[in-house]
Parts: sequence; structure tokens; C-alpha cells
Amino acid sequence: MGEPATFSVLVEVRLRPGISDPQGATIERALPALGLGGVAGVRAGKSFRFEIEAPDEAAALERSTVVADRVLANPVIEESTVTVTVTPAGA
Amino acid sequence: MPARVGVVVFPGTNCEHDAVHAIEALGAGADLVWHGDTSVGEYDALIIPGGFAHGDYLRPGAIARFSPVMAAVGAFADGGGPVVGICNGFQVLTEAGLLPGALQKNQGLRFLCTTVDIRVESDRSVLTAGVSPGTVLSVPINHFEGNYTCDPTTLKILQDEDRVVLRYVDNPNGSVDDIAGVCSAGRNVVGLMPHPERASDPLLGSADGVVLLEALLGSALASAGARVA
Repeated sequence: MGEPATFSVLVEVRLRPGISDPQGATIERALPALGLGGVAGVRAGKSFRFEIEAPDEAAALERSTVVADRVLANPVIEESTVTVTVTPAGA
Repeated sequence: MPARVGVVVFPGTNCEHDAVHAIEALGAGADLVWHGDTSVGEYDALIIPGGFAHGDYLRPGAIARFSPVMAAVGAFADGGGPVVGICNGFQVLTEAGLLPGALQKNQGLRFLCTTVDIRVESDRSVLTAGVSPGTVLSVPINHFEGNYTCDPTTLKILQDEDRVVLRYVDNPNGSVDDIAGVCSAGRNVVGLMPHPERASDPLLGSADGVVLLEALLGSALASAGARVA
């Protein structure tokens, strides 16, 4: 196990399938008025980026998933995807 | 001795004085409790009032859940103490896991500031004890995220256990099963989107909220007696 490294994290939060999405529905309804028809299935969500220090990528993913599940998403109505990448040295 | 109610204040809460005024007008005592406090003192009941706790950042109630006072609120609720969350307070209680479900953006994405009719569905909660089921009350709502949502299993539990305490007569926000308010399994934690404290005097257009606040004060004294005994 090496020195702790810094990892870049992207957490995407979206409503669970089946949960109504008034924001997505409103956007979808507005698109034809702008001449942008043919767009369906719009779902609005949120994304969060942060950096985290961890011994390795697996640990970074594990801790970031806790952040996503406990704080960033409300598991009653939302689900999240966590993506971890190594921050290039000197970045 | 009259009941004493703690009204929890977060940064961004804005209905705390309405709640205190309404409680005091009924002859009971009320104090503000700061969110940074780690104790809720010797209160007979707690109200989590409306507003925008912590700016409603992330999601309404999402940050408030981590305020120091919430551990004490949770312990008070676990001990059977009456806790009522109004509007943003309802959102805080769901985020804190003291009530099931979640409150989503209103169907139609409209901020609703109006007076609605709500029907008391169950008299088995600290906020509706002694109020006949079927009673219709005219009470203001004032929210963007009041669309109550929960999974079908939770909804069935709420229905089977008679925990939907209030329903909208004419659903304004898309809430599942017209739900305006629910209670915990112990029936001592209640959350509702309508504001009974704003319907506490005929001068405000309606005094229909008084029966709910009086029920809460009655429950507070009963619960305090039970906890002392």
C-alpha cells in the first residue's frame, strides 16, 4: 500500500426510476416550443465533484459512496453513481 | 401547569415566531431552541417550524439533519415526546429518518401559497387526538417541495397502520394518496405541509388550525405526565 493519493470524484444523483420528475417533464414539454421536438425521457438530476484522499482507488470509491449515500442523495427517492479517477500528479 | 413547547430554529427558519405566538395565544408556553444546542431541555413537545433551514441547500432538510440539536430531537422522539414538523419541519423530519418518505418538488413545478382544505383522517396522533376523523379544516400551505412520495410498501404500511393523519380534499401538489400529513409508528412524531399556526385566529382568515394545536398541547401534557410517572 502506497502513500495516500488524491482522487477526483464525480457523483451523479438522479431520481429513482418510477419517481415522478416534475422538472424533467417540464423541460421535455418546453422543448417542442423551441423547435427541438423528438426529445423524450428527460430526467433532471444533480452532479457533484470533489477530491478525496485515500490509500487507493478502492478505498476512495468506498468512502465516496458513503458520502453519496448518506448526504448527497436521498435514498428514498434518489440513486447515485460514483466515478473515481486518479488525479494526475501536480494537477 | 400549562404545557411548554420548544420551537427549533435553524439558520433560515422563518415561521418560528408564528408558532410561538400561536402556542402562547392558547395559554401555553413556548421558547425558541437554537439548532446548535445539544439539548432540548425540559419541554413537553417540540415543533420544527417552517422556513428554509440552512437555505434548503442540497435538498430541503438535508443539511438540517446534521445540526447538533437533531440528536436531541431524535432522543426526545424515541422517548415518546410529541414532535411536530410543519412544512420545512416535515421535510427535516423525513430527511432525519424520523418520518418515512420524502417531499419532492410540486407537480407542475409551482410554488403554492394559498389556503387549502385538509381532512383529518386519523385521531390517533399527537396532533389530531380528539379531533373527529372527517373534520375538514381550512389551513394555508406555502411550499415548493410538498409533493409527498414514498415507495408502495411504505405507503401500504402507512395506510394499514392508520398513519395518514391528514389528506388534502383537493390535492394541490401531486402528493401520493393525497397525503398532507403522516405520523410515526409511535404516533408521537407528525409531519404536515399545511401551517396550522397560520390559521390560529379569525383575523388571519381561519382559526381552523387551533384544534390541531390544542390537540398537540393536550398530547404534550399527557406525554409529560407519562414520562414523569
